[in-house]
Amino acid sequence: MAETATHTADHASEHGHETSTGLTNNKLAMWLFLGSECLLFGGLISTYMLYRGRVSDGPHPMAIFDIPFTSISSFVLLMSSLTMVLAVSSAQRGDDSRTNLWLTITAVLGATFVGGQVYEFTAFIREGLGFSTSLFGSSFYTLTGFHGIHVSVGVLMLLSTVGIIRKNKITGTKAEVVELVGLYWHFVDVVWIIIFTLVYLIPS
Amino acid sequence: MAIIERPGTGTTPVVVTPQQTLGAVKRPVATKGWREWLFTVDHKKIGIMYGVVAMVFFIIGGVEALLIRLQLAMPDGQILSADKYNQMFTMHATTMVFLFAMPMAGAFANYFLPLQIGARDVAFPRINALSLWLLIIGGLVLNASWFLGGAADGGWFMYAPNSGPIFSPSHGVDFWVIGLQIAGVASLLGSINLIVTVLNMRAPGMSLMKMPVFTWMILVVQFLLVFSLPVITVALVLLMLQRSYGATFFDVSQGADPLLWQHLFWIFGHPEVYVLILPAFGIISEVLPTFARKPLFGYPFVVFSGASIGLVGFGVWAHHMFASGLGPVSVAVFSVATMAIAIPTGVKIFNWLLTMWGGKIWYTTAMNFAIGLVVLFTIGGLSGVTHSVAPSDTQQTDTYYIVAHFHYVLFGGMVFGLFSGFYYWWPKVFGKMLNEKLGAWNFWFMVIGMNMTFGPMHILGLQGQPRRMYVWTEARAGEGFFNLGFWNLIASIGSFILAVGILFFLINVVITARSKQQAPLDPWDARTLEWLTTSPPKAHNFDRIPVVHHLDEFFHRKYEEDTATHTMKKVAEGEDLVRAEADAADAHIHLPSPSYWPILLSIGVGLLGLGVVYGIPMMVIGFAITLFSAYGWVLEPSVAEEIDFEPSDNDGNTKEIAPLG
Repeated sequence: MAETATHTADHASEHGHETSTGLTNNKLAMWLFLGSECLLFGGLISTYMLYRGRVSDGPHPMAIFDIPFTSISSFVLLMSSLTMVLAVSSAQRGDDSRTNLWLTITAVLGATFVGGQVYEFTAFIREGLGFSTSLFGSSFYTLTGFHGIHVSVGVLMLLSTVGIIRKNKITGTKAEVVELVGLYWHFVDVVWIIIFTLVYLIPS
Repeated sequence: MAIIERPGTGTTPVVVTPQQTLGAVKRPVATKGWREWLFTVDHKKIGIMYGVVAMVFFIIGGVEALLIRLQLAMPDGQILSADKYNQMFTMHATTMVFLFAMPMAGAFANYFLPLQIGARDVAFPRINALSLWLLIIGGLVLNASWFLGGAADGGWFMYAPNSGPIFSPSHGVDFWVIGLQIAGVASLLGSINLIVTVLNMRAPGMSLMKMPVFTWMILVVQFLLVFSLPVITVALVLLMLQRSYGATFFDVSQGADPLLWQHLFWIFGHPEVYVLILPAFGIISEVLPTFARKPLFGYPFVVFSGASIGLVGFGVWAHHMFASGLGPVSVAVFSVATMAIAIPTGVKIFNWLLTMWGGKIWYTTAMNFAIGLVVLFTIGGLSGVTHSVAPSDTQQTDTYYIVAHFHYVLFGGMVFGLFSGFYYWWPKVFGKMLNEKLGAWNFWFMVIGMNMTFGPMHILGLQGQPRRMYVWTEARAGEGFFNLGFWNLIASIGSFILAVGILFFLINVVITARSKQQAPLDPWDARTLEWLTTSPPKAHNFDRIPVVHHLDEFFHRKYEEDTATHTMKKVAEGEDLVRAEADAADAHIHLPSPSYWPILLSIGVGLLGLGVVYGIPMMVIGFAITLFSAYGWVLEPSVAEEIDFEPSDNDGNTKEIAPLG
């Protein structure tokens, strides 16, 4: 991701390059990307909200949701935001080993969440809710599946960041790279809070 | 291509190519031939490639349009079958919107945006290359469907459930859905890139309100894209899951709501309309002041009306759905909002008129096209306001009146704006002037052809000829002035006159390319920063980054106010200013280095997408290539490190390898 910005950051003092906003290019781009992602999830959530009660066949949402189980996996995901904050703070202090430790823990927590989701999906399918069963089935799997893919991509990013820091192959400012991954990670968490509330907690 | 060193004595810039490996493979080093273009990250080369690709698709889409007009020229047309006709108008619209209009605006944006803000490149040069290649892959996937079992046939808005597997059983819609998703990613990356470029990389002194209007309009467009593309992506994903993986989103028998697609599509689709037209508005806001030899009248009004068009453009989508029974409140709200959008548009029209008012107008081809836009767009805008009145729209919906309307705004508006841009900026990009005499033929054939083609469609539509009908019959054509046969024939003849006009342009391009005559550095006595460098610009754009003090900085470097008469007096020639820049050149300029990853990554994404049609193995291969290139990308520094270059000689100077072309 580090493009001319890297260069600008590296040589800022040397050449007097400053960005007009004060934000680095990478960070501004990440914020714009997340802004765009809001609309992506907005569309998916709207689709789910439109269809959530429409069950022509198969189980009704409230009949199959296991709220305690999903609450625990949601808690695990939220805790990963905390460890992500600790990773960013370690990176800003320049403490590589701590950064890697917290990034790895964050990735493990994220993977646990994804694992929980896989378990939940298989349980639902066993109970008769297939992808094609009903409008509720299609929109539920699409929305939570999209979120699951986002978490998985995040886990991949976290582990890659650990690898790159270890091999010392990072092409940007280390703290900034960790922070950018963190921005993405927190966004994915926030989206889950909304999905959890709308999909699981509010009865349809 | 990478670091340009200037030894103390000479001022000839030299290219130093990176030689060593960083990341997984050796960097591309070619500075000549096709490799230079394939792996380039230079925004100017990418801009030119965008232009070429868009032009090719313009011709393809144009041929499709001519086939449609041939089919409709006579009653009971025999040129196309009903099925082929459906594919033809679907692909005509899709090609023109996504593969011609957006990329062509992208070509101008890519090329001129960094130049207008005094930057050396865009913020993310490799992502810029990725956008281009993804667009090309998306366009190929879309058009490959012609040879792989038939193209999409549901109209460019692809209403569900009509686009579902039952009513559209060929793979055409699948290719369409995949191709547009890929092109959408390309557009999204491009828009983020350009926003960051404008917000972060302006030359010192260039505040937002000193930016050229073209840059402003492109900025507004990119914001529209960032927030509207994800919505159509959702729609496309839903349709893809329905068609290929058994989801039920648009399955009415399961209780699905067919309006879901329409809402998602038009939440994107209406901002898209402004995505198409605002770049043209930007172009003529540069052209009109230059050739009227007056500053743009009411610059802040032009800027803010552009921004408010963008903003309000997000709140009017349902006017495309008046006939679908939204209920009186929704219809009233969207009706009023749609009328309101005519206000900022009108503001712009009046600003352009007042820019020309009292100016010493120089009727070049670029200026003719710009004036053509003002006139023709206004006609299209007025018929647009008639759609905002819901009862009237209910009559006009799905008739040729709508076709007339959007071709006046898109062809008379957008395409004329782009052609104005071609003639205005050609000497900047290629160092040669397009022939003005052929330009006049080009312009007048296009004006006459366009009005003959789309003007009669108002009458056809109000007489009730529906859109998307593949034949009409003599028995029901009506009589006298309103005879459908007469006006359909006129429209078809007009479309060929239009095509001849565009042929004149292509001939002009060839003749210009062969001519040896170089264009002067400042042929139009222009006003903005892109003219403060050579034509074509050097790889690093500016020998030194300009410091900006005025709106229309280049103009103010040439002219000063005569305090006695309050007129502007020329104090310097543009050519001299450009030469002076070369003498004061920066010594040490870093440019991003070429890269294999953008093109490789986009091939991976293309295969990944085709896997939806051709099965899991292809998807896995595509995913593997995508992942591999993503890692290669991350591990490759965008600007080659010093160590990545030829070893320095005894004096410590980096070795010169090839002179800059």
